[in-house]
Amino acid sequence: MNRSDVKDGLRGGLIIALSSAPFGVLFGAVAVDNGLSFLETLLMSATVYAGASQLVGIELFGQRVEPWLVVLSIFAVNFRHILYSAALAKYIRHYSPLQKFLAFFLLVDPQFAEGIRRGESGEGVSFSWYLGFGTVIYVSWSISTMIGAWFGKMIGDPTAIGIDILLPVYFLGMVLAFRSRWGFVPVVAASAAGSVAAYHFVGSPWHVSLGAAAGILVATLLPLQAKSEPDAAVEAEG
Amino acid sequence: MEASLDTGTLFLILAAAVATYLTRVGGYVLITRMKSIPPRVEAALNAVPAAVLTTLVAPAFFTGGWDVKIAMLVALAVALRFPGLVMLAAGWVAVMVCRHLFGL
Repeated sequence: MNRSDVKDGLRGGLIIALSSAPFGVLFGAVAVDNGLSFLETLLMSATVYAGASQLVGIELFGQRVEPWLVVLSIFAVNFRHILYSAALAKYIRHYSPLQKFLAFFLLVDPQFAEGIRRGESGEGVSFSWYLGFGTVIYVSWSISTMIGAWFGKMIGDPTAIGIDILLPVYFLGMVLAFRSRWGFVPVVAASAAGSVAAYHFVGSPWHVSLGAAAGILVATLLPLQAKSEPDAAVEAEG
Repeated sequence: MEASLDTGTLFLILAAAVATYLTRVGGYVLITRMKSIPPRVEAALNAVPAAVLTTLVAPAFFTGGWDVKIAMLVALAVALRFPGLVMLAAGWVAVMVCRHLFGL
């Protein structure tokens, strides 16, 4: 293990841990409110470890939807991770099988976003960094879930204290982090249009997979990036 | 509050965990089976983060009320110059002002 990489990971992960903690609390509170026990709530955060899908799952669970449909919906919301591990593959090939096993378990949105950023910038995605970054977020997610499950009833209306805005703003920031990338504007426009249309005509959670498919399709149809002038055209727009 | 584990719920949670893990390992398994990655596939992979993350943002913006729309636009403007936590704080302040001062 490389100490400075671990430290880097812990420091970066701490920012994410703090900004995702409100959602852990929110999940814990909602889960208990929807009929999960404290232990079941914690178990879900500790084993599924995918916030948005946990919230979708618990919402359906609360509505007494068939269990297989709950699992399918969680799978659908998490489907994007297939794309994450594919895109990260070239940076984590050197991990040992056990390291890979752990790495995939910890592959949440910010882990992917920061991992790909490090890979592309040439800093490298060392396992030391990856584990440090991922562990802080994982531990914080479990603790904040417990806090929410304990104090759930005291939080009251999430919109009154503005909790509901944090998730979309947080994801918006993650989108913008990629704004210097080739084809950013057309890809985002296609995904936005696709997801909003799917949201209206097909319904949640399919808007995630369908909207993403629209953006990715546009990316494959765009003229390929000329190797000699990286991102210059898009940089001007960003 | 009870600390019990219901068998049915336990299986549901574990099935969800396995399904989620499959999505996390799946892309790696698929892509490493391919000998070389065609440029179009590479372009598609490069577009993944922005494409996916956008689908978590756009519907929230368009289905949200004026409070949400204003807060997200404020956050967008702030994000062009400041780091993530400042942006998060700006979005939160904006939505609170809209709701509690302007009653949006």
